[in-house]
Amino acid sequence: MILVWLIVILMVAGILAGLTGRFSTSWPRVISLLAVSIDFVISLVLWSQNSSYVKLFPQSDWFKQVDWAWVPQYGIHFHLAMDGLSLLMIVLTFLLGIMSVLISWREIQEGVGFFHFNLMWILAGILGVFLAVDLFLFYFMWELMLVPMFFLIAIWGHERRIYAAVKFFIFTQLSGLLMLIAILALYFIHHSTTGIYSFEYQDLLGTALTPHMAMLLMLGFFVAFAVKLPMFPFHPWLPDAHTEAPTAGSVILAGLLLKTGAYGMLRFVVPLFPGSAHEFAPVAMVLGVIGIIYGAILAFGQTDLKRLVAYTSVSHLGFALVGIFAWNELALEGVLIVMIAHGISTGALFMLVGGLQERTHTREMDRLRGLWATVPVMSGVMMFFAMASIGLPGLGDFVGEFLTLLGAYRVSLGVTIAAVIGILISTLYSLKVIQRAFHGPNTHEWSLPDLGKRELLIMVPMMLILLWIGLYPQPLFNTFKPAMQKLQLYAAPKPVMTMVPGARKLPYDQNGLAETNRSEP
Amino acid sequence: MNGTDLIAILPLLVLTVAAVVVMVAVCIRRSHLLAVWLTLLGLAAAFVSLWPAAAVAPAQVTPLLVIDGYALFYMGLIIAATFVTVILSYGYLENQEGYSEELYILILTAALGSSVLVASNHFVSFFLGLEVLSVALYAMSAYLCNRPLPLEAGIKYLVLAAVSAAFLLFGMALIYAQLGTLQFGQIAAMLISGASYEKTLIYPGLALMITGIGFKLAVVPFHMWTPDVYEGAPAPVTAFVATVSKGGMVALLLRYFYETGAYRLHRVFVVFSIIAIASMIAGNLLALLQNNVKRILAYSSIAHLGYILVAFLAGGNRAAEAVTFYLVAYFVTTLGAFGVVSVLSNGERDADSIEDYESLFWRRPVLAGIFTLMLLSLAGIPLTAGFVGKFFLIAAGSSASLWGLIFVLVVTSVVGLFYYLRILVALYRSPEETGKAAPAAVPSLSLSGSYALAGLTVLLVWIGVYPAPFLEAIQHAVSTLRLF
Repeated sequence: MILVWLIVILMVAGILAGLTGRFSTSWPRVISLLAVSIDFVISLVLWSQNSSYVKLFPQSDWFKQVDWAWVPQYGIHFHLAMDGLSLLMIVLTFLLGIMSVLISWREIQEGVGFFHFNLMWILAGILGVFLAVDLFLFYFMWELMLVPMFFLIAIWGHERRIYAAVKFFIFTQLSGLLMLIAILALYFIHHSTTGIYSFEYQDLLGTALTPHMAMLLMLGFFVAFAVKLPMFPFHPWLPDAHTEAPTAGSVILAGLLLKTGAYGMLRFVVPLFPGSAHEFAPVAMVLGVIGIIYGAILAFGQTDLKRLVAYTSVSHLGFALVGIFAWNELALEGVLIVMIAHGISTGALFMLVGGLQERTHTREMDRLRGLWATVPVMSGVMMFFAMASIGLPGLGDFVGEFLTLLGAYRVSLGVTIAAVIGILISTLYSLKVIQRAFHGPNTHEWSLPDLGKRELLIMVPMMLILLWIGLYPQPLFNTFKPAMQKLQLYAAPKPVMTMVPGARKLPYDQNGLAETNRSEP
Repeated sequence: MNGTDLIAILPLLVLTVAAVVVMVAVCIRRSHLLAVWLTLLGLAAAFVSLWPAAAVAPAQVTPLLVIDGYALFYMGLIIAATFVTVILSYGYLENQEGYSEELYILILTAALGSSVLVASNHFVSFFLGLEVLSVALYAMSAYLCNRPLPLEAGIKYLVLAAVSAAFLLFGMALIYAQLGTLQFGQIAAMLISGASYEKTLIYPGLALMITGIGFKLAVVPFHMWTPDVYEGAPAPVTAFVATVSKGGMVALLLRYFYETGAYRLHRVFVVFSIIAIASMIAGNLLALLQNNVKRILAYSSIAHLGYILVAFLAGGNRAAEAVTFYLVAYFVTTLGAFGVVSVLSNGERDADSIEDYESLFWRRPVLAGIFTLMLLSLAGIPLTAGFVGKFFLIAAGSSASLWGLIFVLVVTSVVGLFYYLRILVALYRSPEETGKAAPAAVPSLSLSGSYALAGLTVLLVWIGVYPAPFLEAIQHAVSTLRLF
């Protein structure tokens, strides 16, 4: 039930913010901040209750779940469930959610109520994506988060906002519909072999598929997630959307929306179609590596700061793709850290760039020079996150990329070497930003206010968290481990992979994992 | 015909009486409000009379009409949609010059025709219902006869509908000539058993009938009239054409092709597949080129009928369910969308250019919000009825493995996003950009129209979030359809 409340709080806060926005500009902000903070606290409490995996591991697959019949005629359930993976993603969601509300405090002055309505509903949709284990519900939430994001970009974005918003919407919608077809095909195939209509994740896991069909369906899911991730060559929407969005929009896009793609691959693509995912792994890993290098090179070539940061996402998320398809323990742990650390460091970079734009009204690096002299604190913070992006040991991103590379090394040496080259290029673009925009003489004679209290309130915790992940990531691994083992178990090669009429899914209780208890624990 | 039969067709009788009562009342005293109240009362009475009728269903009343759960469900839908149309018309016509009362007589007549259509399982009642509906629609489209566009719409519709009716009649005649029966049930038996029958005339007959039906549904290549009529007709009438007239025809299409088993014929399947694909592609692509909201909605309706045909082709109970559900969602959405158009229209012209909607959000946030929801529903985005409807359509199609058709549906509906988004973007454009700052005094909306729109919005979200009860009612209704 608590899971439903998490979503409901956000939705209600969104509506309240929209309503109060008609007469006030501060009410929507306060309401949104309050709602996300409450959710954040709840998620932390949940985490502290479930931080040790030894305690709960054998009893249930999920820490918490809620399962209501929704459209019983089609076997559709309103089924939310949480394991270590979704828990960590949720904590990240609320953390970045709070930051987004804070960062928009001054930036957004027009239509404040509607802005916060959209913000809250995006977060609600993302939350739903991380929690849904009914495929219909998952698709529902997947689509739900798009519309408010569209508005966020199209209304409060920068110069080419409408182009960017439409492009974003079309890319994600088309890929989403392909996933819908795959979901439905899986649903009907599952029905034809078992006689049960179900969209339930656990039911569909062992569906007997012919290799050809499995590959097609896997690709349907894969494309939807690859567009979100974004994977080369499905990334063209990303630079536009990130660049044109308001700061809060960029933070949520980079920090959370992209993660839904990686999450979907982890949760659905590999476990549902282990055989074809394994077969497809070389292609996916190569595409991931291309993304790493290509994104880094393009980032290096940008003069628009925000666009540069946007392209780094293509590069960093390439590691996630490589790690997911390497699919061993090290790589998966690496992917988790990449997801979280990238969310925080890139989110922070977008906020800093947004702050710069607010002060200077430009994002062009050539027009910014020698800023260190006038905004030393801001420049220092920028330096910190740029270093994180490079993968400086001691900061979160390093742990993620290092583990991913270790995992990938076991699968393919070539891929690993190429990915390391990508890291090298990331040094180039990060240093370029620092050098061009912050070092040197202040030739344009900028005289700007440094980071204020509100901004420090945002930046300092994010720096601390990144340091914490970089130095002591073990709590994250502990929480993630049971979920990861479960995913690996689902994806383990199964003896029955060919079409046998009437074949039932394999029971997975052989390893102590009982069938999900359908009632609320 | 006995007492039970009369109870069974009570909804039709009530509608007939209501039309007469309104006509007489208009003769005695011309009052817009009185006419509206009488019409609404008549519609409410007709709606209530569905329950006594349901108590005696299923009933075959004369060879012409069958009153079963399916027919009654669609009648309910038609009556409800008519109810909303009347409310919208009231606010709309208050702003117009000239007499308004006669429109309600026409609306009631058209609703009657459509109701007969959904209850017919005989060529005669089919044609009768169709003509009652069409004749009323000619006059309704041209109701504002001092403006050029409605006149053009009326004439165009008159000529083309008459021609298509001739096609339909000819098709019926050919089938009758071959099989010697006008009843759907008997046609089914003969189509299946009649290996010995000479069948040469069946296909030409079916082809001609499909022409007639296709015209009414406005599917490609029989869609030419749609944009002009949608654009020209007064907004509430357009809403009526898009919902009641098309909905009645879809109901008949399902009954005719499913009960006769004609949808199983390979050639029929091929023809409908081509029509569906052409409608989806042409509807969505042509809508991209339009600048007029009513025309955009016209082309989008062509595409939507194409989507419906995809599920129709899947065949079986699930398909009928999906089609019916989609229609319910489509009714709500279309009425809502045209409702917004009609409450924004004034005495001189309809609010049909995209410019009329620019920055609407900053002037009238609630109305813009409603329009947004309607557009999102048309585009099939979650939380709205259109999403669930589209989901069921795709589900029906994939249960029959119509992958090619589904693929076209998916790709074209993404194309469709472009023009829905275009309107959306216009709605939210900032006032400084468009120079349309909030006017000093915002003219207030008609109260009746606001209530209707609020109701539709609630319904739209309700169906979109919790479709189970609606689906159950639809399943119950569709189960009475005798599939062959």
